[in-house]
Amino acid sequence: MEIHLILIFMICAALFAAETKDLISSLIALSVAGLGLCLAFLILKAPNLAITQLVVEIIYVIILIRATIDKDLPLVRDGRWLFNTVSAMLFAIVFLSFAYFALKEIPVFGQPLMRVSNEYVTSGLEKTGSANIVSAITLNFRSFDALAEAAVLFTAIIGVLAITRKTGKIDEK
Amino acid sequence: MKNKEAPGMSLIVKSVTRLTAGLILIYGIYIVFRGHIGPGGGFAGGVIIALSLVHLMLAFGKDVVLKRLDEARGIIISSLGALAFLILGIVGFLGFKAPFLKERFEHFSAGLIPIYDVVIGVLVSSGLFITFLALVLLTGKREKK
Amino acid sequence: MSLYFLCLILFCIGLYCVLRKRNIIKIIVGVGIIEYAVNLLLILIGYRQNGRAPISANDQEILNMVDPLPQAMVLTTIVIGLAVMVILVALALRIYEKHGTFDITKIRRLKG
Repeated sequence: MEIHLILIFMICAALFAAETKDLISSLIALSVAGLGLCLAFLILKAPNLAITQLVVEIIYVIILIRATIDKDLPLVRDGRWLFNTVSAMLFAIVFLSFAYFALKEIPVFGQPLMRVSNEYVTSGLEKTGSANIVSAITLNFRSFDALAEAAVLFTAIIGVLAITRKTGKIDEK
Repeated sequence: MKNKEAPGMSLIVKSVTRLTAGLILIYGIYIVFRGHIGPGGGFAGGVIIALSLVHLMLAFGKDVVLKRLDEARGIIISSLGALAFLILGIVGFLGFKAPFLKERFEHFSAGLIPIYDVVIGVLVSSGLFITFLALVLLTGKREKK
Repeated sequence: MSLYFLCLILFCIGLYCVLRKRNIIKIIVGVGIIEYAVNLLLILIGYRQNGRAPISANDQEILNMVDPLPQAMVLTTIVIGLAVMVILVALALRIYEKHGTFDITKIRRLKG
């Protein structure tokens, strides 16, 4: 029941973030939705994800506000806003109607399929020695996951440094 | 400190930052090292360490932090973290007849999991901090023009 | 079932924000909302009624844990979302520096 309330709260925050005209308040509404997600992770018994989501949320807000701190421009509304709105609604309707058929295959809320993870839960502690089953999965049973994650993050860092590079060497002379 | 052209925010913010930045750094290290016994892990702890550096930089201006960790040094530390992850995987692969990224030797508590956490923490903290630094320096250069 | 449906509505709000808005920062906000909705849907699938967190303890029985596999996957997803967000912000700042605006319909006309 609390999950319903938190989801409705997140939907309201997301609507506000999508519709307000001020960029700073839009970013703050995005972070409010992220804090709601953090609370939902806590109620759904995922404390690892709650810590990570809270921390990542703060760094989102700092980077985005630093990026837009003096570039607030008014929202322009000329041209085909009716066409854009109608096409967005059409995409949403198509997506929801496909999702209605897909939701019948998903297991009922509260009774997960534990076909793979029964093995991890029962023998995770004595095979790896780690009491935290989630970090036992990411760092021992499925280590390629952590390897690819580190590779993606490192590539993103190098990409940002390449995009924001100051000048090329040819321009010096 | 006394002169008026000191960069950064006001005196209250600086005094509070001097107290809290070290505590945030220690809490990040604690989160990194307890990844195998409780909630936490290398990624979350690394982001907290990066946030303590960002906090210091927002309060005192960028010159204070740039003296200790600039872009060239940060990318070297971050690369060393990524390389150490790969080397730790190969160690178990070569010497101990185990699959890649697994280990057969028994360490103190949980095999290689705490060491992987420390390595990921080094990669994430220095990498995110120099990412923030690059974005801020880009904006500052544009404003100067 | 209603929880999954609310989650999909959250996804649709993000989709609307990406398709409809013209400001690049608004588009980045929409990408963030989509990422939240997908993460929450994956965690909702793995929840067990009256379960407990996947951390072993001595005095409790093992078999009523929630599913730990989606949590490990979502941990990877959050990291990839952060990487995507950082790259998008860097590209947006470059566009602002070159064209002087965040409006995606004005970029075409300015030409360098």
